Order: sequence, then C-alpha cells, then structure tokens
Amino acid sequence: MAILKLEGLTKTFEGKKGSINALTDINIEIEAGEIFGIIGMSGAGKSTLVRCINLLEKPTSGNVVFDGRELTMLKKKELEKERTKISMIFQQFNLLMQRTALKNVCFPLELSGVPKKEAEKKAKELLALVGLADRAGSYPAQLSGGQKQRVAIARALATDPKVLLCDEATSALDPKTTRAILELLKDINRKLGITIIIITHEMSVVQKICGRVAVIDGGQIAEIGVTSEIFAKPKSEAAKRLVYPDGQMEETFAGGGLLRIVFDGPTSQQPIMANMILEVGEPVNIIYASMQDIDDTAVGQMVIRMPADDDKAGEMIKYLKKNNLKIEEVRE
Amino acid sequence: MAQMIFEGILETLYMTIASTMLAYLFGLPLGVLLIVSDKNGIKPMPTLNAIISFIVNIFRSIPFLILLVAIIPFTRLVVGTMLGSTAAIVPLTVAAAPFVARMVETSLKEVDAGVVEAAESMGASTWQIISKVLLPEAKPSLITNATVTVITVLGYSAMAGFTGGGGLGDIATRYGLYKFDTATMWLVVLVIVVIVQILQEIGLRIAKVTDNRTR
Ligand SMILES: Nc1ncnc2c1ncn2[C@@H]1O[C@H](COP(=O)(O)OP(=O)(O)O)[C@@H](O)[C@H]1O
Ligand SMILES: [Mg+2]
Repeated sequence: MAILKLEGLTKTFEGKKGSINALTDINIEIEAGEIFGIIGMSGAGKSTLVRCINLLEKPTSGNVVFDGRELTMLKKKELEKERTKISMIFQQFNLLMQRTALKNVCFPLELSGVPKKEAEKKAKELLALVGLADRAGSYPAQLSGGQKQRVAIARALATDPKVLLCDEATSALDPKTTRAILELLKDINRKLGITIIIITHEMSVVQKICGRVAVIDGGQIAEIGVTSEIFAKPKSEAAKRLVYPDGQMEETFAGGGLLRIVFDGPTSQQPIMANMILEVGEPVNIIYASMQDIDDTAVGQMVIRMPADDDKAGEMIKYLKKNNLKIEEVRE
Repeated sequence: MAQMIFEGILETLYMTIASTMLAYLFGLPLGVLLIVSDKNGIKPMPTLNAIISFIVNIFRSIPFLILLVAIIPFTRLVVGTMLGSTAAIVPLTVAAAPFVARMVETSLKEVDAGVVEAAESMGASTWQIISKVLLPEAKPSLITNATVTVITVLGYSAMAGFTGGGGLGDIATRYGLYKFDTATMWLVVLVIVVIVQILQEIGLRIAKVTDNRTR
C-alpha cells in the first residue's frame, strides 16, 4: 500500500524577477516500508519537493496524500499533528544548540505533551538505538558531524513516525561517516519498518540503500524505477549524467577504447574478469571499479581499457555479452 | 558626602533596574512580534510588522532629553509627579522599550532558520517555536544585549537628573554645573564608571556560562 502519494505536485515561486517553476507535475507513489531515493543535481528542486511533502512549503497545485489523508486540505492544528508522523533530518542537522543530546531527542515529545520522565526514558532508548547511549549529556557543540546526525535521527524517531525524510542527510559528512549513517538508516528501516525517503545529489548514496529512485531534473521527474535498473541502464539524460558523471556513451566499440561493464545480480560473484583475460589472452587495465550492495544484490560497475587490437577487443566484448553483462563504451 | 553618593547609587540602580525590567516587559513581546510577523517569519503578518516597526523607529529617533520633557504630562498622569526617581522611570521605560524591541529582534534573528524549520517539521505550534526554540536558543545573545540595555539605561538615568530625577546624574549635575565643584563631579563620574564596568562584567559572565555552544 502506498504510504505517500504525490499527485500532480507543482510549485511556483513568485519572485521579483518573475516566477520560478521549482516543481512541475510531480507524481510519485511511495510504498510503505521502502527506502525511496530522490536524486538530482543541485537546484533540481529536491528540497522544495521534500518541503512540499510535509507542507513546510505549500504546493501551488496538486495533492499530498499521506496514509490516506489529503494533507493540503488539513487545518493548521491537524497538519501539525500529521507532521509528527513525517519526520525529517537535514544536511545541517539542525539540532538545538542549547540542549543536550538527550534534551534534543526529548524535544518533539515535549511538543506533544509527553510527561518528562516518560520522554527521557524513550529518548535514552533512542540514543542507544543510534549508538550514542554514552553521549546523552553532551551538547551538540561537543559532538562530531556523524554523532550530531545520529542525535538528529534519534530525535526524528521519537514521535514514532511512519515516514522519515532525509534531505541531503549525509552531504556534510565524510565518506566513512556517510556509510555508517546509511547503514544506520537501513537498520532502522529494517527494524522499525519506517518508510525512508532519501534526497541526495550523490548516486553512491542512492546505490547503497535505495530500492527505488526518482531522478528529478529541472523540477520534473525524469525517470523513476528500481535503482539497480536505472543504474545499469539509465534512459533519461538526467539519469545518465548522474550515473556517468564525466562521460557519454557510444554504441560503437573499438580497440583501445574504454568499456564500462555493469554487474548486477549473481554474475558479479563469479570471476568473470579473470576468466575473460585468460580466454582472450590479453591483459586489460582496470581504470575504475565500484561494487555496491543494492537491496542485497551485488551491483557494480567497472571501466576497463580494452586492448589496442580490434580483434582482441571484439573477442572480449563477445565474451562479456555471452555472460549476460551489460556493456557500453565510454567515449573519452 | 559619602552618604549622599551612597544614596545616589541606590537611586540610580533603582531607576536603572526598574526601567530596564519594565522596558523588557513591553519590549520583549514587541521584539518577538517583530520576528514572528516578519515576511520570512513563522507567522508572516506584514501590516502588523510594518506598524510596530514604524512606531519603534519613531520612539528611537527622538533624543532622550526631548522625550524626557515631552512626556512630562504623561509622567504626571502615571506617577502623579515629574520629580524624583520613580517619576524618571516613566521616560526611561518609554525610551528603552523600543530599544529593547530591536535588541530582542536582533538576538532572535541569529537563531538558525534550519532549527526553526526542524521544529516546524515536528509539528511545533507558533507559540512552541517562540518559547522552546527562539528564546532558549537566543539566550546568550539576549543576555549580552540585556547588559547593553542596562548600561544604556544607566546613561539615560544620569540625564534624567536634569529634570530632578535624582540619582548619581543629579548629583554630578548639581555639583559640576551649578556649584562648580568639579572634584565631587568627577568622583561621581568615577562611581558611574565603576558601576558600568561591574554590570558589563556580570552580564558577559552570565552570557558565557549559560551558552552551551562553547563548552
Ligand atoms: N523560497 C524560494 N523562493 C524562490 N525560489 C526558490 C525558493 N526555494 C527554492 N527556490 C528555487 O527553486 C529551485 C529548486 O531549489 P531547491 O529545491 O532548493 O533545489 P535542490 O534542493 O534540488 O538543490 C531553485 O531554482 C531555487 O532557486
Ligand atoms: Mg537542497
């Protein structure tokens, strides 16, 4: 069942220099329990889109249906109540600087009038869940970026939300911390069954945890589908730009060129590359390789430089195709 | 002499503290209203914002000495007399409240918009954002600015001496201006300087101790 439906969502900002169409006719259905990615370049309209989901920004037209309720129709008080079921974490963490980690997690509970003792008990459990049981008394200024985001996650979970919106939640973090935070989100999704929406400009983030992804470009959905498929065969220009940040694809293959090989599913377990080199009897240079775990299937890509000899290159391509690998030449 | 200066100190502190407190009683809500009703605020009310801003600006433009004299009828109405420290509290409050409003506005403006947005996303009401986010997060800045306010009001209170407001300003004026006793005048000025130093130091200490961003 869809927990969240965006129907024909449009947002126009009226500015001094005319109006900006930040979002145009966005239609997305997000299933309960999934981790859904929204990816796009900077300025694509991602933040506007998340802000429209919990109505921090009022859509110019279109509907936001959350758990069967049409949010755009609600009165202020009712909306405030629904908002506790849609939590949000941010790139800049947005913690209360004058409150300890524990008190930050208590904050949303305080807002809904939960007694102090009860709130603190729950906050402690949540801090333990995010691995910060020992930092309850620390102020945000005393915590690292990753720890701050963990506190923010604990705080977001305090009201038992059904949906967690993450707007560039890892963009201010280093790669190692990013990985740890994404693992935590995956864990939360698995343990608590919370639907997670990941907004990012980084393909690697989507690859790591999103089952499905929508590519947003110029305020419109360019493409929407299963992450591993979009990753393997991006159709829209916008998706291609994100998957191959620095190169376009060509259909012709020639010796000495670069070849991108996409692994998805069981093949990547086998020593394909080694076998190919043995069979053709020519070495290749691996220019770039990245393997990921998308939704528990091994997915990855590798860019190799083919032998200068056209025949040998042709043999390699034949071998890879025979093994059902998706290949494309990368134009330099 | 010592007795007179001692009484002057008490009168000055009485005027300063009472006026500052009253100025906050009126100025704090006005400052909050200015922030909240701003076009980018949590509850935009452009017309109300423009009206408050206009009134605040008018009162802030009037030089204190002129205000002091201009509102004598109002002071009489409130206190019954225009003489003495209690009477001086009226013009001091009228002058300081708009000042406080702007100070509070400045402090609250420093609160990160992202934190306010986070609270909104959690379903916080306007009042909850004011009481649980804006004011507590701005606390160190509010205290620093309150120190500036106290010292400014102390300076004004010395001027209130001109119209018989009492306090150290009164003594300094009487001895320096009318009796040509510059020694006493400078002694009184020295006392004022010491009081200002102490207030400043106390204010900064409290602001620092209560700020959890630096610990
Ligand atoms: N409050 C606003 N007023 C006017 N224009 C805005 C506002 N917020 C966003 N925009 C514009 O909408 C577009 C999308 O912005 P945003 O949603 O922040 O993009 P992203 O998060 O993908 O980087 C940009 O062109 C931006 O300038
Ligand atoms: Mg953004």
